[in-house]
Amino acid sequence: MSMLNFERKYRVRGGTLIGGDLFDFWVGPFYVGFFGVSGAFFALLGTVMLAWGAAMGPTWNLWQISIAPPDLSYGLGAAPLYDGGLWQIVTICALGAFTSWMLREVEICRKLGIGYHVPIIFGSAILAYATLVVIRPVLLGAWGHGFPYGIYSHLDWVSNVGYQFLHFHYNPAHMVAVTFFFTTVLALAMHGGAILATANPKKGEVVKTAEHENTFFRDFIGYSIGALGIHRLGYFLALNAGIWSAICIVISGPFWTRGWPEWWSWWLNLPIWS
Amino acid sequence: MINNKQNILTVLVCLCAGLILAGCGERPPVDSQQVGYRGTAMVNFTNPRVEAATEAANAVPAALPAVPGDGPRAGEVYQNVQVLGDLSVAEFARVMLAISNWVAPEQQCAYCHADGESLASDSLYTKVVARKMLEMNRDINVNWTAHVQQTGVTCYTCHRGKAVPESIWFADPGPVTAGGGVAGSRMGQNTPATATALTSLPYDPFTPYLLDAGPIRLATDQALPADNDLNVKAAEGTYALMMHFSDGLGVNCTFCHNSRAFASWSESNPQRVTAWHGIQMARSLNNEYLVPLTSTFPASRLGPLGDVAKVNCQTCHQGVSKPLYGVSMFADYPELGAPKAPAAQPAEGEAVAAAATD
Repeated sequence: MSMLNFERKYRVRGGTLIGGDLFDFWVGPFYVGFFGVSGAFFALLGTVMLAWGAAMGPTWNLWQISIAPPDLSYGLGAAPLYDGGLWQIVTICALGAFTSWMLREVEICRKLGIGYHVPIIFGSAILAYATLVVIRPVLLGAWGHGFPYGIYSHLDWVSNVGYQFLHFHYNPAHMVAVTFFFTTVLALAMHGGAILATANPKKGEVVKTAEHENTFFRDFIGYSIGALGIHRLGYFLALNAGIWSAICIVISGPFWTRGWPEWWSWWLNLPIWS
Repeated sequence: MINNKQNILTVLVCLCAGLILAGCGERPPVDSQQVGYRGTAMVNFTNPRVEAATEAANAVPAALPAVPGDGPRAGEVYQNVQVLGDLSVAEFARVMLAISNWVAPEQQCAYCHADGESLASDSLYTKVVARKMLEMNRDINVNWTAHVQQTGVTCYTCHRGKAVPESIWFADPGPVTAGGGVAGSRMGQNTPATATALTSLPYDPFTPYLLDAGPIRLATDQALPADNDLNVKAAEGTYALMMHFSDGLGVNCTFCHNSRAFASWSESNPQRVTAWHGIQMARSLNNEYLVPLTSTFPASRLGPLGDVAKVNCQTCHQGVSKPLYGVSMFADYPELGAPKAPAAQPAEGEAVAAAATD
């Protein structure tokens, strides 16, 4: 099996969390590991469940297929397969697959001897998903508060959840989360632009160095965060985007049942002007 | 050092999360009611600890004991009885007593009937207003059953022991601004407004829709909005009105709508039909009963722009989707419904025929 010249250095035994040497091998370029197996299992099972739900549903239109959670009347219990039970199995599979992937990342980090930054930030995305389909439904007392698995239907769910609180843009944590998402995108775009500009010089010119990036940003905004710093910043922004979006949805319902605009009455009632 | 930094970070994160949660001031468990297909998030949330206060504020007073409806009519015995003349004398007295408890529990009869004058005298403006309101009450119970169903309304639905109902509206001139001209203009919005559940949406959503018949439904029904000249500002006006609906009824948008298609009747809940009739009703009551009273009221009872107090959803609903949680006080006071037919009772056959045409 051919390998890239640097791969030999990284394809090392050990570092597994579970299973010892049993799954410690590669298939082509892909590391397997126990969590590769469990991830593949959950991903396959979940996808089959989705297909089964679609087969039992009214449409094969990809946009309109929807695997909906149970009615609220089932509370936190198990629902019949075609009344939300499939959604419950898919949810377990999804969390199983996501978590497996994260732990597989941990094993790879251990093999490479690097920090756990990648699995941690992927964990923040899993946290946001788990908040939507597990933590918030449990706090509200019914699996039916989870979102449906469908391209259009989950958007309809998002829309209605927003209108459950009259105007979701007044949700303070939503404001913070949206700001972090946009700032993540802004930072990524600026970083990507800088990298492309230095790595793709005009014909006849040489590839530029980090000093060119620093000079550009010092000219442009008076400060350059630096080659390492930009990744720390991106990490901070993306981590917060995930965490604050989880906060903004978990407080909607369990910790606030009224319109979000009304939440701001504390501001209107500050003794400075009221 | 790294440990210290991490500790400080952890404390900061916990503080932020704690502040957000404490700022919310609510906690689980909360009640939720599903009002649409599963997974559509058509759900209304209520917090039982918040709801308890609303329930206490919407308690229904005990009805006065029923009285016989036979004997001479009030209109024959008393002078100047223009609306309730069809009641028996006993019924008339009972309704008058109930009204005084509902509307002027402190001043009682003297609030409308001037001391030392004949009860027939119309010298107090309050009596003229009360007469118009009785006409309105009967109109609602007879002609607006599409909105009030058989539950009906009484004076208490709005008044709740106060001469001027708690929730009324005047045309809103907006806050005073320092600048003049364009700089000082808020364009009718962009300030937190109690009329719109504290959003910054247009602060007077009532004049255009509950007095005038402005266009509330503005989504285009075509793939491209070719013939629709209603703009975003118009949509904000509708949104403002809907904020009032939600706030006034203590519900959220999904009580009536599936927000994926606000305009679609087939995807809306039946409550939206009731609400539609409510819009027509509020608009009609404002124009037919309240605006004509403008010159009757003293200036002190008028709004900042000199207009009369008017009704909106909250006037009756007071934060509850069914006013007084659906308890029908009208059932105890049928006198506030259709006027009784004059003495001659229709023969049995005619009554059946009339019922059939209903």
